Amino acid sequence: MTETPTLEVRNLRTHFFTRAGVVKAVDDVSFTVPRGKVLGLVGESGSGKSVTGFSVMGLVDPPGRIVDGQILFKGQDLAKLSDEEMRKLRGNRIAMIFQDPMMTLNPVLRVDTQMIETVLAHEKVPEAEARARARDALGMVGIPSPEERLKSYPHQFSGGMRQRVAIAIALLHRPDLIVADEPTTALDVTIQGQILAEVQKLAATTGTSLIWITHDLSVVAGLADDIAVMYAGKIVEQGDVGEVLDHPLHPYTHGLIGSVPSRNRRGEPLRQIPGMTPSLLSLKPGCAFRARCPRAQEDCAEMPELHAWMPGRLARCHHPHLEPREEAA
Amino acid sequence: MSVYLLRRLIQALGVVFAMSVIVFIGVYAIGDPVEILISPDADQIERERAVRALGLDLPLWQQYLVFLGKALRGDLGNSFVFNEPALQLILQRMPATLELAIAATFGAVLIGLPLGLYAGLRPNSVGSKAIMAGSILGFSLPTFWVGLMLIMVFAVQLGWLPSTGRGDTAEFLGLQWSFLTLDGLSHLLMPALNLALFKISLVIRLTRAGVRETMLMDYVKFARAKGLSPFRVTFVHVFKNILIPVVTVTGLEFGSTIAFSVVTESIFAWPGMGKLIIDSINVLDRPVIVAYLMIIVLLFITINLIVDLTYSLLDPRVRLEGK
Repeated sequence: MTETPTLEVRNLRTHFFTRAGVVKAVDDVSFTVPRGKVLGLVGESGSGKSVTGFSVMGLVDPPGRIVDGQILFKGQDLAKLSDEEMRKLRGNRIAMIFQDPMMTLNPVLRVDTQMIETVLAHEKVPEAEARARARDALGMVGIPSPEERLKSYPHQFSGGMRQRVAIAIALLHRPDLIVADEPTTALDVTIQGQILAEVQKLAATTGTSLIWITHDLSVVAGLADDIAVMYAGKIVEQGDVGEVLDHPLHPYTHGLIGSVPSRNRRGEPLRQIPGMTPSLLSLKPGCAFRARCPRAQEDCAEMPELHAWMPGRLARCHHPHLEPREEAA
Repeated sequence: MSVYLLRRLIQALGVVFAMSVIVFIGVYAIGDPVEILISPDADQIERERAVRALGLDLPLWQQYLVFLGKALRGDLGNSFVFNEPALQLILQRMPATLELAIAATFGAVLIGLPLGLYAGLRPNSVGSKAIMAGSILGFSLPTFWVGLMLIMVFAVQLGWLPSTGRGDTAEFLGLQWSFLTLDGLSHLLMPALNLALFKISLVIRLTRAGVRETMLMDYVKFARAKGLSPFRVTFVHVFKNILIPVVTVTGLEFGSTIAFSVVTESIFAWPGMGKLIIDSINVLDRPVIVAYLMIIVLLFITINLIVDLTYSLLDPRVRLEGK
């Protein structure tokens, strides 16, 4: 018998009903995150990766709305829960870490207030115990002298330290799933490395599953077990992180990897994907990537299905890179 | 902190001094009180005696120095009209104006904050649109017209509320206050509402704008992601942030309410400072005008200081330093 995955998203559609028209920010997205595993959700800005994260959290604000699909968290469909039932899960079983640590903590409330309220929102414990837990959580993410730092205000922390505080808040209830929305993008590379190592360690020890949303392939390469590449609201490629990065099937993934600077291609101009991400308001039928795609042909005017070209390797393309790839490409 | 206060005090002294010069010259430029104060039938000798008695024979700069010398000893001169110390005259009227201004400001916050909060949280509801439309009226209807309408409806037509005066007063801290008696309260209601109307609209709009801006902040979304109840998100995370601009503006508005409650005081025959200053300007009672303006300057300085101190309490990022 297979274990129920921590999260299973099936055919999720989250649309925004704006005055200019319906924006299909997330359009038929499915993925699975097994217990203790890390899914890297990769894509450019506006590809729908953050909205996917917020959909899982039940934090899509109007005019946005989940219009279809299932979000099965340990078998329970989150899309069907009431606001209050969802609130009880949020911050408790499912936590989130945001992109910009300078903005995620309330500037006028002390760190202890912001941590203790999180404990008390889900458990009736004495305040002293909540405080002790907050202190332990700060210590766990590597903040020195946590007892004193509890009394500080967010502006008295550096960006990296604030992100640690945010991570500590996310860890307070030892959640089963953490949605991390580009949590290291705004940080220095050294701090980024520390935080990644920290998170990896925590996930391994607590069995927490992670959805790591990023546009940085190098982060995903070191952290994730599986990867899902999003483009214009749809997953275009999905599979084991090592295999996808070594042998991408979809021309978009291919282009993304090609645009990361590499020592092997020193002196060559950096490859880039021509053109821009299409506006989600004016998507033409067919493959959304075809205008920028070097392999596009006439049949690309018809939307390809997400097809398993190899075992465990899904790609949404009529003309994937199936030929053996030459090295150093 | 004490360095900060000391610096503020020195700045305040500078402002008071500069203001006294401006006020003195300004009042001198308005006109010659002799023409109004002394009966046209008086002969030349009587005139000169009067002019000398009032100290108006000296050149302006000497008049100013005399004023300054006395002011340093706490004497802002005697009223030409009442022949009483100007300061005392104003301070007698001050409780009435203060009471009116405090009532209006409290009313503005008590009514404006909840309405603004509602309008900010439910921006598309009918109620919120009605509130916003109402606030435009509050902004644009002239105070005197609203005052007259209030009198016409509630005093003349319905006969519910009295239209003039302070009513019965009771003593508190050695001063007479209307709000301590039922009769006084009924007298206070209309003028306070009249004076508050503009401020209510202001607080509504500020609060609404603050709520709408704050709701979009990541820290509000993060607070929701932590699983906090909507109540706590609104009344702790959002509310504390919107209080910052509301306190600033309300504080400054309080000063101008005291200084410029003239219109309301005139319409409701409220015996406050505003009415006194208008009467004094009419008869060019220079010492009273000067003393009044000096008191207003001090008032503004004090209020600004209190606002700054409150601000630093509300926003931990603001630290008052002497640098």
